[in-house]
Amino acid sequence: MNSWITTNVWLIPAAPLVASILILAFGKAARRAAAAVAILGQIAALAMSIFAFVPTLHSHGFRAIQNFTWFTFGEQILRIGFVLDPLAAAMLMMIALVGLCIFVFSIGYMAEDKNFGRFFAYLSFFSGAMLGVVVANSLLLLFVFWELVGLASFLLIGFWIERPSAAAAAKKAFITTRIGDMGFFLGILWLYHRSGTLLFYDGGRGCLEPLALSAIGSSVTLVALLIFCGAVGKSGQFPLHVWLPDAMEGPTPVSALIHAATMVAAGVFLVARVYPIFSVGAINGVTTSLTIVVWIGVITGLMAALIAVAQFDIKRILAYSTVSQLGLMMVSLGVGGVAAGIMHLLAHGFFKALLFLGAGSVIHGVHHEQDIRKMGGLRRLMPITFSTYAIGMMALSGVPFFFSGGWTKEEIFHATSNWPRSHLPHYLMLIGVILTALYMTRQIIYVFFGNRRAASEHAPESPSVMTLPLIVLAVCAIFFSVVLTPAWPWLESYLTGHPARFDPHLLIQPMIIVSLALVGAGVAIGIWIYRRAGETDPIQHAQPALFRFLENKMWIDEIYDRTVIALSKILARLSDWMDRHVWDGLVRGVGAVGQFLARLTTGADERVINAGVDEGTIGAQGFGRVMSRWHSGQIQTYLGAVALGMLALVLLYAWLG
Amino acid sequence: MTLSILLVVSAALFCIGLLAALSRRHAIFILIGIEMMLAAANINFIAFWRFAPQPAQPTGVMVAIFAIAIAAAEAAVGLAMVIAVYRHFRSTNVDQLDRLKG
Repeated sequence: MNSWITTNVWLIPAAPLVASILILAFGKAARRAAAAVAILGQIAALAMSIFAFVPTLHSHGFRAIQNFTWFTFGEQILRIGFVLDPLAAAMLMMIALVGLCIFVFSIGYMAEDKNFGRFFAYLSFFSGAMLGVVVANSLLLLFVFWELVGLASFLLIGFWIERPSAAAAAKKAFITTRIGDMGFFLGILWLYHRSGTLLFYDGGRGCLEPLALSAIGSSVTLVALLIFCGAVGKSGQFPLHVWLPDAMEGPTPVSALIHAATMVAAGVFLVARVYPIFSVGAINGVTTSLTIVVWIGVITGLMAALIAVAQFDIKRILAYSTVSQLGLMMVSLGVGGVAAGIMHLLAHGFFKALLFLGAGSVIHGVHHEQDIRKMGGLRRLMPITFSTYAIGMMALSGVPFFFSGGWTKEEIFHATSNWPRSHLPHYLMLIGVILTALYMTRQIIYVFFGNRRAASEHAPESPSVMTLPLIVLAVCAIFFSVVLTPAWPWLESYLTGHPARFDPHLLIQPMIIVSLALVGAGVAIGIWIYRRAGETDPIQHAQPALFRFLENKMWIDEIYDRTVIALSKILARLSDWMDRHVWDGLVRGVGAVGQFLARLTTGADERVINAGVDEGTIGAQGFGRVMSRWHSGQIQTYLGAVALGMLALVLLYAWLG
Repeated sequence: MTLSILLVVSAALFCIGLLAALSRRHAIFILIGIEMMLAAANINFIAFWRFAPQPAQPTGVMVAIFAIAIAAAEAAVGLAMVIAVYRHFRSTNVDQLDRLKG
């Protein structure tokens, strides 16, 4: 029963893709049918993911691959394939489950929208592409799905296309990620050039296996960094993080599914997938490429956490929080904690989707107001949303013992503290924990506590179709902590292949005390600062310049405007001028020569050839006219002519003798 | 009776026939003219045979008989054509029959 799915992994991404095509082909107008088809596709994907998950449990280091030839050109045979291993199986479960919750939530959230069917078609399309990224066993196939995911993201950010800001955000997201993907693609080409294969695993000949890795040689660092470019773009790492907060222009379920739980995690997943390329020739687990990954992650994590403290849009706070957490995952991967990073990714998928859906529920309740200063006191009006949101907040902040985020963060800090090169990332990430607790406390206080403000006067609790997914995700966020507990590190052993053993002493460690203290400090500072927060932020009141700096996202967008974008605008204007005056001039010159030649040949044609032909025809006409006079039709004239001719012949005969 | 008298008669007959064929307007007269020219030719054949070195062989007579037979056939065809032309144009005046005009 389980073996068929391991040989047909492609069915998992195929189910939502087929659903998407069906909706686009038939059901754009049929709202109920569209949602039903999309959710059926997602349920099918989830069921198959569970079937695929079961065999991976049986043996450690399970890996099922099916490769096949895509096409052949000359000597080169391009092969692609699908893989099922613990990493893929865990990701499949998370994506399918979170996706299903978000699909159900969307029924309620998008109920008023006129393009309901199109929305579900895009969501299904995204889900299929994302599942494809996870099961791809070829860097090329992964790249194809990667770009499809990017396309889905573009379509969904710009879903409300009539809003100029949404259209601009979609464009920005697409172009920014494209910059990273450019590097990614170059990395793929270089890797193919060096190793001759893009398959990850191929019975010892794949590009992640030792034979090919040794063939890449010294350029492996460059290849790894080029691939990392793609991850930077997709996962919103510094300096390409600017698109992710703007992507919040899309509908909230999209933000939850794509820009929090799954797609942005694809970059982290990619680094984990091609980790052997990053770690080739590691001394003590440190390579140049991994060091760069760590520092990019540190910069991103800390910067985004700082910016999140000074935002007022409920979704933007979460967006910067996502950027920050992705940075943390990158740090974890960079210092060698691959399992910890992936566990944080999975846990983050659940609780960040929960937070976003909670935010969506709030936004739905307060009639599409997103400014947290205009909310307040919602905890009594929206009790389910409030309690699930609080669970998500505690999971994100990393409250230990009962919430999944706590354990995974602790794992990450174990990994960072053991990094031989520097301890700075470790301490900076600990500061990040305080900041995370701080901005989440701030958000909760603004939204759910205090006095009711303008937008939250009559906010109803959302319908059960929206609260049910919240509850499911909240249960997942808590349940996940059982799977993650260090006393019995089941998930870690599942991912790494090392056997797990039960040891309750590991439950209490110095690090857990430290993180408990840090989270407590963050929450306490948050409550102390924001206990009487009003329309103006207390930090804004105390440190206006600093706050303005953070509120304007450290002016990174403006810096890009002045530098990169200004430069490309100058280049555009230059090439426009070149086009108009230089190339156009050349073209016009060539055209003028052609015109001159044409005029010349016209003259020759008219004056010489035509004239000659005219003269000839006139001559022929005249000759014909003379000749036709002889042909009078008078038979006697002809006879006379014959007689004359005969007479002439006779005379000639007589004369010649 | 000498050969030259016969040749003069024949030439006269030919000229009269030619004149008739060239000058008459009526198609039947033209046909008669042509018949006269044929008759002149026949006279020549007979005359040259009669005064030839071997008059015993009937060569000239044979040619004349053939020519008369052909002339009869030609006259029949010619008269049929004249009748057909008359039926078509309601006229046998050759001045009006200029369909051969180029």
